Amino acid sequence: MSSILEVRDIHTFIGQFHILEGVSVSVTTGGITVLLGRNGAGKTTTLRSIIGLTPPARGSIHFDGKPIQGRQSHNIAQLGIGYVPEHRAIFRSLSVRENLQLAERRSGDFARKADFIFDLFPDLKRLIELPGGNLSGGQQQMLAVARALVPENRLLLIDEPSEGLAPVIIEQLIAAIQRLSSQVSVLLVEQNFRVASKLAQSYVIIDEGHSVAAGAMADLVQDKALIQRYLGVA
Amino acid sequence: MAGRASLIAIALILAALFGVAFANSSSPGDFGITLLSGLFQGMLLFLVASGLSIVFGLMDVLNLAQGSYFMVGAYVAYDAQHAGGVIDLTSVLPDPNLRFIGAVLAAIAVGALLGYLLERGLLRPLYSRPIFQLVLTFGVSLVALELVKFIWTTTPYSWTELFGVRESFFELFGQRFSTYRLFVVGMGIALIVAIGLLLQRSRIGIIIRAGVEDREMVQALGINVRAVFTLVFTLGCAIAAFGGAVAAPFLGASTTLGNIFLLQAIAVVVLGGMGSYSGTAVGSVLVGLAIAVAQDTAIGTAFAALPSITPMLLLVLVLLVRPSGLFGKS
Repeated sequence: MSSILEVRDIHTFIGQFHILEGVSVSVTTGGITVLLGRNGAGKTTTLRSIIGLTPPARGSIHFDGKPIQGRQSHNIAQLGIGYVPEHRAIFRSLSVRENLQLAERRSGDFARKADFIFDLFPDLKRLIELPGGNLSGGQQQMLAVARALVPENRLLLIDEPSEGLAPVIIEQLIAAIQRLSSQVSVLLVEQNFRVASKLAQSYVIIDEGHSVAAGAMADLVQDKALIQRYLGVA
Repeated sequence: MAGRASLIAIALILAALFGVAFANSSSPGDFGITLLSGLFQGMLLFLVASGLSIVFGLMDVLNLAQGSYFMVGAYVAYDAQHAGGVIDLTSVLPDPNLRFIGAVLAAIAVGALLGYLLERGLLRPLYSRPIFQLVLTFGVSLVALELVKFIWTTTPYSWTELFGVRESFFELFGQRFSTYRLFVVGMGIALIVAIGLLLQRSRIGIIIRAGVEDREMVQALGINVRAVFTLVFTLGCAIAAFGGAVAAPFLGASTTLGNIFLLQAIAVVVLGGMGSYSGTAVGSVLVGLAIAVAQDTAIGTAFAALPSITPMLLLVLVLLVRPSGLFGKS
């Protein structure tokens, strides 16, 4: 199967700290790949390196076959990559509508996608004029994912969507991400192994700044030793 | 939005200012003159402070050269209006009214160009170094001052070229009011509304408000934040130069204008709440009124310095009650 994103052996520094010391990730077109690993392993930095917020010093990143490392963040996003960061980064003083309109890359993007977005997250329709800061954690997470769906993105980078959310909200999000993955490829960071195993077809494990294992999610679920060793869950 | 405590603080300040102004006035006309003078100064302050505030909110840059753009605007407008200057418009636009419009446009153009050059040429490499930005913009204000002295000498210019609205008066409560002050107040209010609408209704406004909250995320959405910085910085400088140009017929052009307005504008921005547009608009009016009341009070007393320390006194008073300013986030 062809891959939409190929990250090869990237090294990223934040200040003087060598955070990523060789991470490789491949995301299959039309699939969900999950980055697994303990806290501080480098999963978030991997997503930030791809979108250009912490550009890698070495290694290569190809999106749709073209190299994107070294480009500025907004240029990378414009190629069709949506970023849903950890803690959502909703603009609190902007209304839900403005949050969504801000993500437009061409005029009318939001209007074209509104039906799909409201079908996926019906709550947002009701909250459309409220300031982002007034939304609950779960609603903000839905808005953050919806925002990444406004332009014609082909890849979504989603960081810890289930963090801090109630189980019922997590179930809604899982359903939504499963549905949207029919339209876009997804690279997901997820600490919650149960959520990760439900969603993803393939995985990459990152440990202390290195990618140490990768393969099909169905195989990982059977491999208790690998899970125990790198993720500390059985 | 401002909380209840801020609204009460604003109401109390206004009540105190009106009270003192009323006590100082011998007639309703007198009171009206103090009010109009306060609004006039408030609007001029807004023209410097709005750019300072939006640029600070969006880019975390405190542009210490903002006052210089006001000063340069005043000089360019003076120069263009009067005969024998660097830009001589007297033969192209013999009508002084039209020439004043030309002079204001020339000041805006020079302000915008110099703002663009400062952002693109000098400030851009220093975005990750806040202290360097302060030193740089302070240095630019010194260079601007020396350049003005070089081009126009150190002697202050009093506006002598007369034109319609500058000269006309209207009468109310037996007092003569300057139409020009009213004209500047009107322009200022129009600009407050226009910038407010731009921030609330337009796409660039949404980007600016979002950028004030989280620049990185705006960039990750595919928006070229650097280009927005350039636009906002250039606009801020153009507005300050516009302020200098409309102030010049009243205040003339002098090398001290820049520093006076910069200090007062910084007081306005902090008092209103750093990065808050509404705060800056309200703060400008409050500080302008306070200066006018202080000027009125100081006449014939030993407190000649009262008007110049009033902005800082008001600032201290507000910060004691609201440490993050009237509209600032705590």
